[in-house]
Amino acid sequence: MNDPAVELLGVSRWFGGEQNPDDRVVAVNSIDLTLRRGEFFTLLGPSGCGKTTTLRIVAGFEDPSEGQLMIQGKPMNDVPANRRPVNMVFQNYALFPHLSVVDNVGFGLAVRRVPAAERRRLVAEAMALVQLDGYEKRRPSQLSGGQQQRVALARALVNRPAVLLLDEPLGALDLKLRKAMQLELKHLQEQVGITFLYVTHDQEEALTMSDRIAVMRGGDVLQIGTPAEIYERPADRFVADFIGESTFLETTVEGVQDNHLVVRLGETRMGARVNGGRLQPGEQVTLALRPERISVASAKGAGSTGLAGSVNEVVYLGTDIRYVVGLADGQRATARVQNARGQQSTSLKVGDAVRLVWDPEDALPLPDPPEGPSQG
Amino acid sequence: MAPPSLWLVLLLVMPVVTMVLFTFRAGSFGQAAQQFTLNNYAAFLQNQPFQSLLARSAGVAAIVALLSVVLAYPVAYYLSFSAGSRRFTLLTLIIIPAWTSYLLRVLAWKIILGSGGVLNTVLASLGLAADLGSLFLYNRTAVIITLVYTWIPFVALPIYAALERIEPSLFEAARDLGARPWNAFLRVTLPLSLPGVIAGFLFVFIPTVGEYVTPALVGGPRGIMYGNLVQDQFLNALNWPMGSVMSLAMLLGVLLPILLFSRFVRLTELAGL
Amino acid sequence: MLRRVPWGGLYFLVLTAFLYAPILLLIVFSFNDSILLTFPLRGFTLRWYQALFEADALLGSVVNSLMVGVASSLVATVLGTMAAIGVVRFRFPGRDAFLALAGVPLVIPAIVLGVALLILFRQLVDVQLSLWTIGLGHVVINIPIAMLIVASRLIGFEDNLEEAAMDLGAGFWETQWRVTLPMSLPALLAAFLTCFTTSFDEYAMSVFLAGTDPTLPIYLYSQLRFPRRLPHVVTLTAVLMTLSIGVLFVAEWLRRSGERTSTAPEVTA
Repeated sequence: MNDPAVELLGVSRWFGGEQNPDDRVVAVNSIDLTLRRGEFFTLLGPSGCGKTTTLRIVAGFEDPSEGQLMIQGKPMNDVPANRRPVNMVFQNYALFPHLSVVDNVGFGLAVRRVPAAERRRLVAEAMALVQLDGYEKRRPSQLSGGQQQRVALARALVNRPAVLLLDEPLGALDLKLRKAMQLELKHLQEQVGITFLYVTHDQEEALTMSDRIAVMRGGDVLQIGTPAEIYERPADRFVADFIGESTFLETTVEGVQDNHLVVRLGETRMGARVNGGRLQPGEQVTLALRPERISVASAKGAGSTGLAGSVNEVVYLGTDIRYVVGLADGQRATARVQNARGQQSTSLKVGDAVRLVWDPEDALPLPDPPEGPSQG
Repeated sequence: MAPPSLWLVLLLVMPVVTMVLFTFRAGSFGQAAQQFTLNNYAAFLQNQPFQSLLARSAGVAAIVALLSVVLAYPVAYYLSFSAGSRRFTLLTLIIIPAWTSYLLRVLAWKIILGSGGVLNTVLASLGLAADLGSLFLYNRTAVIITLVYTWIPFVALPIYAALERIEPSLFEAARDLGARPWNAFLRVTLPLSLPGVIAGFLFVFIPTVGEYVTPALVGGPRGIMYGNLVQDQFLNALNWPMGSVMSLAMLLGVLLPILLFSRFVRLTELAGL
Repeated sequence: MLRRVPWGGLYFLVLTAFLYAPILLLIVFSFNDSILLTFPLRGFTLRWYQALFEADALLGSVVNSLMVGVASSLVATVLGTMAAIGVVRFRFPGRDAFLALAGVPLVIPAIVLGVALLILFRQLVDVQLSLWTIGLGHVVINIPIAMLIVASRLIGFEDNLEEAAMDLGAGFWETQWRVTLPMSLPALLAAFLTCFTTSFDEYAMSVFLAGTDPTLPIYLYSQLRFPRRLPHVVTLTAVLMTLSIGVLFVAEWLRRSGERTSTAPEVTA
């Protein structure tokens, strides 16, 4: 069977506006998503972007206002939540407080009237998978947050769903535990091979765990891609800003030379990537650069290559040093330098004159206006 | 929803409607019961003593409600702010008397207030007047004291609930802005707990307007209340139509405070729904 | 100096003493070797307690009250639970009107309800007054009590739990059976016990609806006119009060233990 695990075709969800469509509050705006079998797919975006609503539409707790939902090639729009081949790990775990751990985990099996012996075996398997052996008889109130989370996971996985839905499951955990669980979840998914649909607002989490990410905002999907694609080639200003850190520079196009775009900032010419090649000389374009791809050097030794500026701020981050550099035309550029031995760029001070240099492939011109659908 | 609605319509709405219709009957039984008349209303509206007794009973009810609230408030306050982890035990302690037999608690006061009772015995042993029996028992004061006693445990609850709902950070804010404890109480605590206080007040006031058991036991001829007259119409005089009119008058009388109150606070919020 | 005195605690103590004193007084009198309920006390005796067992009429009324109490509380709890589920889980047209109607018995003077039901029973449908008519009236006053107790439990319930059950394959009724009802059981029991206590003690309305068989409060009231009977009455108080305190502890403990098994924030009393 080659059907994708999940397909959303033109799915929208709005509220209100029965009299007048203009009054509608749109939570999800005609999105198209295809999840491949066995992949770890993440919906990433700030709160209110529609990611949770989308998840709940797949689960069956919300009906789409329009569009088609398919799971493993079968249409699901009219199938009630309890009959869909999906299971959900809730943000607050939603463990049944009146049942023991083993009864919680086996709930879905009991509902499907799986015989007791078989049920016991499957539950034991699931609990071993999440490393909760020995906790069978406990009640949820007797478990820590991390343990409750594992129970929720086991309870969903034991049913071997076609897709596992996870609604910000790590949000309630402290930082260290969260980071450990991120890796665990990733390994678990690889081990079990089930398609994961994961929702989070934490971009680092998304980058760590996902095979592919869909960045959402205001009900729209802005870009779909692998972590590397999203990070290195953000589709627009929002994605570039939301994922990691970016430096944005307003520049004027001069032309194309040696397969690179040439732009002008003040009096200096710098190189950038040609991105679709529809820019005309004289046009304004915003360049997006990752701070770690901008190198900073003291102006004294560098000669006259690079963008001239002076250091406004120095922030010591332990692993890196972050410099905020003020340019002649008033713009500011953030650059990061790794805090390694022998790097003379780590000892710059506020007020120092510096030169910024980058590889043209690392400067991405972003289209104007900033809101635009992705090229995936 | 159907079964509860059905029950309430059949056994709450219908009885009241029937009672209202009955106010137009000329008599309780037989021939007279079939005749339509407005005499009962006329009789009630012309009966000055009945009306003034209704007003006085409402007055007594208001005094009882007010005293109950005033006496219960410090308890609720103490439980909410000073009792700490023991508050649930102490709250239960206060509520227990509420659930013991009403009749017998009234009887207890009859004993306390009567001649030979606790109060008189104590006063006599202190050398004060020998037979003050009639001073405390069989009058309106006895009714008020007894009723307040029975109501205090019930009133503590809504006031306590209202106090508990106040955000603790509001007190810190008041202190931060310079208010001293008594000031903070007047400007912050009291106003915010007012819905619970008013709820408690009405919770006592409304049933007490129709109270007749306590007056019958400890009120004597001077402590009689409107409810006693209504009971009399039904069980002794057998003038049910008249009794219905009097009952309706009382019902309308208590509806007024309820309607007034529901303008200020949504009743569903009070119930937590 | 004024601030050192724990005024709050002191007032609490005084008020509690004030609340319990009359009750304790009655208990003292139940051991008093005298027919008269006056001071001075005569001597310790248990004969009133002995007499209790021979007081057939009294015991008969206790049985009547038990029957009426259990039956009417069961009905009221079932109806109140249905009302609570309907009101908390669904938004139906007329919800506010229903809530207002359901709350009426709580705020209407008992005498008005008693009188109105009397007219309904005797004039409209010509039903003989009996323990049944008393029971029907008790259900009416207890529906709001049961509804409020169960509703406050349902609200403190994370509704995620029902979604989780559905996600795992359970339909609506199976979810109620496997999740909602088991979790609400303590509240249901607490509602039942509270209704029972209210019914057992009800006099003001019941006296209008009573036939030849009295409930306990009705019997008690009729005995208050006979001084010779008063010690029996007082003794019965002592027994009943101890029992209802016990019942109440159980109800509260049940309600509280129900809330402790929920992971939702606690709903205040």
